[in-house]
Amino acid sequence: MRTLSRSLCWLAMGGLACGLAWPTLLPADTPAPIVVGYLGMERPDDREPLSVLDPVLDDDGLQGARLGISDNNASAQFLGQEFVLHEVEVAEDGDVGEALERLVEQGAEWIVSGLPGEAVSELMAHPARGDRVVFNAASPDDELRGEACHPELYHTTPSRRMLADALAQFLGYKKWDRWALVYGNTEEDRILAEVLRGAAERYGHRIVGEEMWPHDPLARRAEGGFHAIQREIPVFVQELPEHDVLVIADETDYFGEYFPYQTWAPRPVVGTQGLIATPWHRAHESWGAVQLQRRFEEFAERRMTPRDFGAWLAVRSLGEAAARTGSVERQTILDYLLSEEFELAGYLGLPVSYRTWNHQLRQPILITGPRMVASVSPQEGYLHPRSPLDSLGADEGESTCRF
Amino acid sequence: MPFLSRGSVSPAIKHAVCALALGSLLMLPLAAQAERIFVSNEKDNTVSVIDGESLEVVETIRVGRRPRAMAFSSDGSELFVAVGDDEAIDMIDLESLQVVRSQSAGDDPEVIRVDPNRPHVYISNEDDNIVSVIDYERRTLVTEIPVGVEPEGLGISPDGRWLISTSETSNMAHIIDLEAMEAVHHRLVGARPRHAEFTHDGRKAWVSSEIAGVVSILDMEESFDVEHVIRFDVPGVPRETVQAVGVALTSDGRYAFVALGPSNRVAVVDQQSYEVLDYLLVGQRVWHLALNGDESRLYTTNGVSGDVTVIEVDDLRAVKSIPVGRFPWGVIVEP
Repeated sequence: MRTLSRSLCWLAMGGLACGLAWPTLLPADTPAPIVVGYLGMERPDDREPLSVLDPVLDDDGLQGARLGISDNNASAQFLGQEFVLHEVEVAEDGDVGEALERLVEQGAEWIVSGLPGEAVSELMAHPARGDRVVFNAASPDDELRGEACHPELYHTTPSRRMLADALAQFLGYKKWDRWALVYGNTEEDRILAEVLRGAAERYGHRIVGEEMWPHDPLARRAEGGFHAIQREIPVFVQELPEHDVLVIADETDYFGEYFPYQTWAPRPVVGTQGLIATPWHRAHESWGAVQLQRRFEEFAERRMTPRDFGAWLAVRSLGEAAARTGSVERQTILDYLLSEEFELAGYLGLPVSYRTWNHQLRQPILITGPRMVASVSPQEGYLHPRSPLDSLGADEGESTCRF
Repeated sequence: MPFLSRGSVSPAIKHAVCALALGSLLMLPLAAQAERIFVSNEKDNTVSVIDGESLEVVETIRVGRRPRAMAFSSDGSELFVAVGDDEAIDMIDLESLQVVRSQSAGDDPEVIRVDPNRPHVYISNEDDNIVSVIDYERRTLVTEIPVGVEPEGLGISPDGRWLISTSETSNMAHIIDLEAMEAVHHRLVGARPRHAEFTHDGRKAWVSSEIAGVVSILDMEESFDVEHVIRFDVPGVPRETVQAVGVALTSDGRYAFVALGPSNRVAVVDQQSYEVLDYLLVGQRVWHLALNGDESRLYTTNGVSGDVTVIEVDDLRAVKSIPVGRFPWGVIVEP
């Protein structure tokens, strides 16, 4: 059947490729294509996931943008539109401005950023950007959605606060409201710990004790590493007062993975390891997500990550707006993105859309273990006058963003 | 059963032949039995059989993995069930209530429709962006029709001329000419279109959109354009949970019923004015709908609560919920 089906497919389409590789059958009066530039940053050498089961990726995010273009073109061909992607990757300490200039030279009118927070600010301030819009698909910095927000900056990846709120709501549902917090020694983790404290307060939890993990990353594959870990972790956490959950803040994934099953008290590990809050996960298959997972895996020959998902959402937002408005004009597309009509199917059960006050994409957040999704926030019962999704992250009234 | 070839027999004769065939079936002792309702349980890999009189589950049929859409063969002797994870269509003999054969159906078949004139079954293959056409008598693949990303809903016109395929990511209704076997019109509809249903006179098609929570009405006579959009506003329910999925239309052109997903409501719509008349509370995450033979009852599948709600059409009242398997998806009433 499979072979037959393939050969028939070839016949039916007169030798044009089947499946995702859509032929671009464009009418003669095709308007100019919509050119998107993906700007990524090389992975720092020391940034590898702690577990050897996780692949080390060098195209994280980029593949999501590529699939987004392919999905857009599958519809665009029926509408006489076309999407094109250009890609640039800068070195860890490379010149973001120069990379931007290259994309602009290639005709990129829209930028999807796989950059960390600081580099995003640099990008926004660079003169080569002009009034091009940037989609932040990688940085969770709340500052970029607050004080450092910009009218031409959109965020498809959730902020730290959205993730922390999503987790706090689930722990509220469980009534696990005594938290012990362990955070790493990086700047990211210091910020995340602060965000977690805020979420705990908002949702009626209590942080009963805190510890900072003072060590630098350990060798990933040291022989017999777990012997030391097995002795070290219980001692490290045994002074913490009685708690319901041990909350870990380790964004760069350098120690948190050691904690499950090694704790002093028999308590679940949650946060950035153990039970996590994330916009995307391979275990998520509801609401048609299985289709996106399969499509991505066939396309990229690996699993889709949260960063891929953020980049895919950015490109798909443009595709949806261009299809609905029948336009490739920047202002028409932007007006539509921020209008009430804009609703994107993000495979998360509820439509996703942009908050007008800081251009953050409002979206459901997965609460998942390493192998199975436990829940999706917002949790039932956390009410909001506009949308339950706005119970996650900075709301209109409290946002410090002023465009 | 020999099928009637298209074009050679007038619809009137066809109906007469069908009536004859049905008439002879009715002579059998089986004729005494009440109407049967079939419900596919997506997570249990079963089909529940409900007796239309006692409103109880009288049989549970084991089928392949992840059963979703169902359709009857044109002669009414078999029930086809798309079993997505087995990439097949299981064919259930309606006398023995057993799977008698299984037809491979391409990647992840979800929705199926049967041609009223030819022994064709149309299958949306979500992962391949195609609609497959299979001859279920000769058991061969007839052709594959390219459509948009993630084809899902299928609707076939009563005369078998048009097939509508909805693509969930392209957000389009692809209108397929079944003589040419190709998509000839593409129309944007609401986000994540799920289901397409023709009116009984074939003049309109109702296309529901899950994420947008709307139903688009397509003119199927001339323009093939969306000529009206029905929106739903359930009081006291978050707007995001109002998601339009299954659609059932009464043959007299009076009512349309629209399943509204996690809002746990079925909308009752005036089929002519498109005015929403009422919202009926049913089980959790109502997904698909089916009217019974004389259209006195409507059955709904409620995925999360794992039951079927029975609604009396005359007074628009839910009268019973029947526990079935886990995650009931589709429902169909034996003709």
